[in-house]
Amino acid sequence: MWTCPLPLRNYPTIVMGHGSGGKMMADLIQHLFAPLFANDLLGQMGDSTVIGGWRMADGRSSAISNQQSAIGDLRLAFTTDSFVVSPLVFPGGDIGELAVNGTVNDLAMSGARPLFLSAGFILEEGLPMEALGQIATSVANACREAGVQLVAGDTKVVNKGHGDGLYINTSGLGLIPPGVEIAPNRAQPGDAVIVSGTMGDHGMAIMSVREGLEFETVIESDTAPLSCLVEAMVAVGEHGDSPLHCLRDATRGGLAAVLNELATASKLGIEFSERDVPVRPEVHAACEMLGLDPFYVANEGKLVAIVPEAQAEAVLAAMRSHRFGKDAARIGNVVADHSGLVIARTGIGGSRVVDLPAGELLPRIC
Amino acid sequence: MKYIDEYRDETLTRNLLDEIRRTVTRPWKIMEVCGGQTHSILKNGLDQLLPAEVELVHGPGCPVCVTPLELIDKAIALASRPDVIFVSYGDMLRVPGSEKDLFGVRAAGGNVRVVYSPLDSLKIARENSDKTVVFFGIGFETTAPANAMAVVQAKNQGIQNFAMLVSHVTVPPAISALLESPDVRVDGFLAAGHVCTVMGYWEYEPLVEKYNVPVVVTGFEPVDIARGVLMCVKQLEAGRAEVENAYARSVRREGNEPAQAVINQVFEPCDRPWRGIGVIPMSGHRFRPAYAEYDAELRFPEVQTIATKESSLCLSGQVLQGILKPNQCPAFGKECTPQSPLGATMVSSEGACAAYYRYHRYAELQIPKDQTPKPLAPEPELSVV
Repeated sequence: MWTCPLPLRNYPTIVMGHGSGGKMMADLIQHLFAPLFANDLLGQMGDSTVIGGWRMADGRSSAISNQQSAIGDLRLAFTTDSFVVSPLVFPGGDIGELAVNGTVNDLAMSGARPLFLSAGFILEEGLPMEALGQIATSVANACREAGVQLVAGDTKVVNKGHGDGLYINTSGLGLIPPGVEIAPNRAQPGDAVIVSGTMGDHGMAIMSVREGLEFETVIESDTAPLSCLVEAMVAVGEHGDSPLHCLRDATRGGLAAVLNELATASKLGIEFSERDVPVRPEVHAACEMLGLDPFYVANEGKLVAIVPEAQAEAVLAAMRSHRFGKDAARIGNVVADHSGLVIARTGIGGSRVVDLPAGELLPRIC
Repeated sequence: MKYIDEYRDETLTRNLLDEIRRTVTRPWKIMEVCGGQTHSILKNGLDQLLPAEVELVHGPGCPVCVTPLELIDKAIALASRPDVIFVSYGDMLRVPGSEKDLFGVRAAGGNVRVVYSPLDSLKIARENSDKTVVFFGIGFETTAPANAMAVVQAKNQGIQNFAMLVSHVTVPPAISALLESPDVRVDGFLAAGHVCTVMGYWEYEPLVEKYNVPVVVTGFEPVDIARGVLMCVKQLEAGRAEVENAYARSVRREGNEPAQAVINQVFEPCDRPWRGIGVIPMSGHRFRPAYAEYDAELRFPEVQTIATKESSLCLSGQVLQGILKPNQCPAFGKECTPQSPLGATMVSSEGACAAYYRYHRYAELQIPKDQTPKPLAPEPELSVV
């Protein structure tokens, strides 16, 4: 009989909260998956895994370095992501565009230039051919826009009622240029924390459609490929040395989850000012109505960057001149204090802990 | 955001805090009744900015927190039935019953859905005529009108496959119970603005007279709460005890009369148990006989036999009465966290324990070091303390 390597508290079965990008998911990964799959590469815990040029902490070469003769000095970034969003088409995008951009962005967060994708389509019996055609066209267009090639694919069909119309899994490979060293644990005290634009657009776009909420302006998903933006940010460095310490795309769990992950990985604290975080007025309004915090709401085309203070302004300027970073803002700093904790300075001059979300985002009663 | 940002303004808040500081001469214990206020206070860090003389204690006004365990178990039993679609506000899903929560029921195949309005459950009922749709009708006077309206509409539209599991509670009897309790010492109350929007504040006038304690109707944004505290402190310092309205943009003395009428049409007062506190006389609502056909406990009589006892580890009853601060509970942050809550106060977005856990832990960490809370961030220009 299978026994859990470490006891999981509370739930004998999977519940929705295990996929929410919050603490429950972190616990599931830490207690169930990590002990079984543990290796140096997986241990990087980045948005994508960097393969090649990899050294053990004590300087010994790891197993993978022995294969470097085959890979040469190149460093690959590798990642995978699955897309189960409902509805399949939403304001600002669809599941096809999301599936390409999500994986492209995970590669870009290692500083990699995304090159190749695979796509697995899990189709539910009864899905209209026209809908599939539209989504496949979106996949093709998004690949073109991001400059990646779809080079491997798979199609499966499941019985009616066993899938939400269509699920997509994509995996991606990218190449990391020399001089780029981006990892979640590279933050230094004093580094600046920058976001590439408004927070919470994607999550509220989806939620507005699901809940049938209507506002004066339609909230659109921000889904976008961020690799070009990252290239522009990397180019700020002199002699090909990237000024970026950490990059993370703020997907599930939103800004709060990303800042917590970076603080934990770096064993440092993060402080930011609530009012410096850009949030669209309509997203703010929708969050107020539903009792949600925009810092916890998902994005699909926004990143969080941690950069040395000296280069912060230059990186910010580079971001603002790019179409996917025009609303970029500096929101705070990495601090040596309160390791692993993220503290927000509130609008009235108080402060609060910004924690990982526990599980599913729940609307308030009143 | 218009009409919100103005009430989160730093300068306005700071001016009110300065005036509180100038007014206060001795320690006062003020209870904010509503969990929404508790969260706002901690989320904005308002408690750190108040003078040391003003201590805010957190009241019982969290609908999720005070819903008895027994009722959660009844909800779970109903939601587990294959012939039921169980519909609830989102907050209730993670509240632990004796053995599992509603998320667990959903994972086991139960049909559990989250809605923002009880009227949505009528739509679900119309679309699923082979099932009974049971709505979890909990909350204070804020949710009662919409829940009552759903029942009225079900009756008007002849929707038979709809029922409601009701555990409505009301604020004024709870305040009376707190004031009668020998363990509770509170000098003044910030009444919950949303409840008063529906009910008005005439209900508090006899209370103020009987117990000689100030009640200030207060909103939820930092400026609102600072103004409520200031008005309460002014009364206390002057030896006055009156009902005052610091939330006039939303609250009238008479309240929302049509909303009150629909509550009275569907529900009648009854004794209600409050989780962790016990039975408070005439502190809740049940169906009037004319609407008894919509009572889920009558529709599914087997749930009436469910009787559950509370865990003795959880001290949420004392937290809900302002006797204990969440961080003074021995289980806080140890056996009890938002992921594995012992009681509902650690679950709900309005629960005091969850608010302390989410927003306050850094302050907690700081106190043991040098025994005094200190300003948390270095920028002095923002510091009001």
